[in-house]
Amino acid sequence: MTNVIKTVPPTFQELILNLSAFWAKKGCVLQQPMDLEVGAGTMAPETFLRVLGPKPYKVAYVQPSRRPADGRYGENPNRLYKHSQMQVILKPPPENVQELYLESLAAIGIDLSKHDIKFEEDNWESPTLGAWGLGWQVMLDGLEITQFTYFQQCGGVDLDPISAELTYGLERIASFLQDVDSIYEIVWSREPEVDGKAGQIFTYADVRLADEEQWSTYNFEMADVAKLWEHFNLNEAECAALIAGYKKIAAAEGEAIAAGTASKRTYAVTRYPLLPAYELCLKCSNLFNVLDARGAISVTERVGVIARVRTLAVGVATAWVDQQKEIARFE
Amino acid sequence: MADLLLEIGLEEVPARMIQAAAEELQKRVGDLLKRERLVSPDAAAPMMFDTPRRLAVAFAGVAECQPDLTEQILGPSVKVAFKDGAPTPAAHAFAKKVGLDIAQIERVTNPKGEYLAANVRQTGRNAATVLAEALPKELNSLYWPKSMYWREPGERFVRPVRWLVAMLDERVISLEFDGVVAGSASRSHRQKELAGMVSVPLQGASSYVQTLRGASVLSRPERTAKIRKDLDAVTRTIPGAHWREDAALLDIVVNLCEFPSVILGTFEPEYLTLPEEVLVTVMRDHQCYFALEDSNHRLLPHFLAVLNRDGDPHGLIVHGHERVLRARFNDARFFYNFDQKHSLQDRVKVLQAVTFQKDLGSYYEKSQRMEVLAEWICKEIAAHDKSLVISAETVKTAARLAKTDLTCELVKEFTELQGVIGGLYAEVQGEGKAVGSAIYDQYRPAGAEDEVPRTLEGAVLAIADKADSIAGMFRLGLTPSGSKDPFALRRQANGIVRIVAEKSLPLPLSALMLVAMDQFAGSPAYAKFAAFNEGREKAADFFRERLEFYLRDAKGYAYDVVKAVLAAGADDVSDAVARAEAVSAVRSSADFAAIAASFKRIKNILRQADENKFGIAPEVNAALLKEEAESILFAKASETAHASEAYCKASDYVAALREISQLRPALDRFFDQVMVMTEDLVVRANRLAVLRQILHDFSTIADFSEVVVEGSSSDKKL
Repeated sequence: MTNVIKTVPPTFQELILNLSAFWAKKGCVLQQPMDLEVGAGTMAPETFLRVLGPKPYKVAYVQPSRRPADGRYGENPNRLYKHSQMQVILKPPPENVQELYLESLAAIGIDLSKHDIKFEEDNWESPTLGAWGLGWQVMLDGLEITQFTYFQQCGGVDLDPISAELTYGLERIASFLQDVDSIYEIVWSREPEVDGKAGQIFTYADVRLADEEQWSTYNFEMADVAKLWEHFNLNEAECAALIAGYKKIAAAEGEAIAAGTASKRTYAVTRYPLLPAYELCLKCSNLFNVLDARGAISVTERVGVIARVRTLAVGVATAWVDQQKEIARFE
Repeated sequence: MADLLLEIGLEEVPARMIQAAAEELQKRVGDLLKRERLVSPDAAAPMMFDTPRRLAVAFAGVAECQPDLTEQILGPSVKVAFKDGAPTPAAHAFAKKVGLDIAQIERVTNPKGEYLAANVRQTGRNAATVLAEALPKELNSLYWPKSMYWREPGERFVRPVRWLVAMLDERVISLEFDGVVAGSASRSHRQKELAGMVSVPLQGASSYVQTLRGASVLSRPERTAKIRKDLDAVTRTIPGAHWREDAALLDIVVNLCEFPSVILGTFEPEYLTLPEEVLVTVMRDHQCYFALEDSNHRLLPHFLAVLNRDGDPHGLIVHGHERVLRARFNDARFFYNFDQKHSLQDRVKVLQAVTFQKDLGSYYEKSQRMEVLAEWICKEIAAHDKSLVISAETVKTAARLAKTDLTCELVKEFTELQGVIGGLYAEVQGEGKAVGSAIYDQYRPAGAEDEVPRTLEGAVLAIADKADSIAGMFRLGLTPSGSKDPFALRRQANGIVRIVAEKSLPLPLSALMLVAMDQFAGSPAYAKFAAFNEGREKAADFFRERLEFYLRDAKGYAYDVVKAVLAAGADDVSDAVARAEAVSAVRSSADFAAIAASFKRIKNILRQADENKFGIAPEVNAALLKEEAESILFAKASETAHASEAYCKASDYVAALREISQLRPALDRFFDQVMVMTEDLVVRANRLAVLRQILHDFSTIADFSEVVVEGSSSDKKL
């Protein structure tokens, strides 16, 4: 209602580029998004597995995050089936992590001297991943723009060192910077001016509206419940078998080493496919979300299915920690 | 003497935890100074300073050094320390402990006997040394509802510690906590930090508040006062407007800022067509905004937001808040309109797919049970009190629709508004105001602070809903234990007790539970009930506890009165309240105290008779009443019983108790002159029968023997 004139704000992709450049300068590995359907950046192995164990790591990536139940056929200006998170993991967190975060806001054109910023308690927990942490929702002029979490546990494993996780809601920040009331009006890209003629603009709707329309239809109306359950069961079985296989091989080798019949770990352990096992677990998680959106899971069943996915996540995390130890020794 | 200043700098502490932690820190440091003999008793009151980023305390008049102390240390008893005049190993060990020769050890006599003792002189230590050791321990002991680690897994605190100030006057106390070394520099408000003021040097406790004010950090009282002043000032710009007083919200925003200011935002008046409950939930609970209203308490299209900075000179912040609120309201309107596509009536069937509890079935089944149970409650009330007019039709319709809002988008979005939304929708959809208000109030009272349902129909529905949950859960063995009460059954039972009491409903709790349990007959759950038959008794005990809680904690009746009253019956809530009220009113009178004492005596005599297997006559035989005192007592008691019973029937318990108090002279005389446990076994049996009769006749209001009277206690043997 108040009219505010601003300089040309960054496009959606400039926002991503600026944030990426900022964190790259701070020493982060710039990763590409996980190429599987996930509900949040936390679920990508770059977070879920990297925060385990003692090795320091810094990484930043954009993660398209799919939440089937949040889809609104592109009709609601603030809700999306698939939104984008900028995920930053700092392991261990530097002492000035909050100041670094505020600096990153300046880097994307938010002049904090003109705005109001608050860190309000918001503790994060993912029962599916056996993960939790304490932290804040960062509020910028009343808008939640970031989840700031000090991970304490992941995959049921206590973390040491812990990691700080910064999750920026990119659509929200872009709407804020561009001062638009609908996500679909966000300017995604703007071609450079040629001979005084303004370049072509691509909006969020141009790029993404079809996803929202079609995936909402699929998730709410057409996804084949029986087949989804079949996929779920198949992925779950294979993941569980891989986890069991690792335990068996690792235990057998351990005994052989203890008995003196083998001198060290072999590739059978250090190259054991736990990353593929984790991807199978992620597939289960996404299938669960689709089934949930489809209304195929009752409230009571929910708890049970979540527990099944958590069993896989915890199994992979435990095996991964063990495997990393063995690899460190192997080196 | 010196001033002690301790400030712990933190990343933002959760708002709900700040004040309690600051108070605890002040108490801990105060206790520490006393314990360590570092503070004079007449020292000025300590200072406490708390913001989201810091907890600070300051104490004036701290001694530079502990005074030397001569302390008497008690050793073993002389009997143990010396055998035949020679010191035992115990004596040697004590001497070694206090660093003296056995010859130097003194003897003292105390009520327990003669003991070895030694006066040990302790040289006072430097305050800085003592505090450097002790303060980190006190910080470490602070209670946090939730804590975390960020450095070493063993170190836990609410959020990472980022700086520490510990000073005696202008000297730094050399201490370390969670890896942070104490210094003399604090930090400013984040806005000042961003502008380059990173470090705030401190001169000590006396100038602390002033220095921090210069760094845009205000104390709690200053922040509270400024927020109130700003709220008033901004509100005045809208003619006729008031901001809605909201102590809980004020408390939250005070704890979210170090330097507050208030801005006025505006939203499109078209959103005022949304239910006020939704608008207020968004503004208050989601955004921490204060609502503005006109003189008729109608919402105005404005809101007040508290910032953590000095104003909004560019208007950018107001603009941002307005955008956020508009988006939220838009969402709500989207859901509201979407929900109207299907009426609550249409949604009844949809409830079949919504599980209430694994074994207890769907919400569809729950509402069917509630409907029957509610109808029974209406009949039960009507049968006992014609003055209570309840529309059974309204209650039945409300029960059928009560849970349908669980399928609505707006409730999925604002879960805290379940029931409320259903009530509003019912009214909009033409179900009538009475049905709507009953549905609206079904979850009331949500806690001790909340009101009971406004209408009798709402009260019946709320009771039926809660009774159904308690009955089902108890018969499945899902009873609350200790701190575990996942279905909030205690709160629900408290709710039933309060509603029955405050609406004065003639509704016995045991019958309510029986009928509620019967509603499950024929369901799959019912088969499981057989395995937990004791659920019935457990439910009765449970309600008795809840009634006790209500009488004591909500109504404030004395412990012994409640115990006495409940011993005479805990099934009829309103009656129990009336009896507790009456007993409390008369208990201080001398006559009543004497009666209570006499009843204790009667109870003890009957207990002794029982223990010794003395015979008691089946009925009082008037012919055997030989002494005048006993025949007078018997006659007077029969007369009094008659009169008091009539008063009890009319629920005039005070009058009944006054009547009973009249029994005092006869009782006193009886105990003065008559020997109950006489040698004559027939007379003894008859006298015991008199006492039993009296106890029986006069225990319908309360078990008087439980009432504690001056100079006695309920368990004192007579």
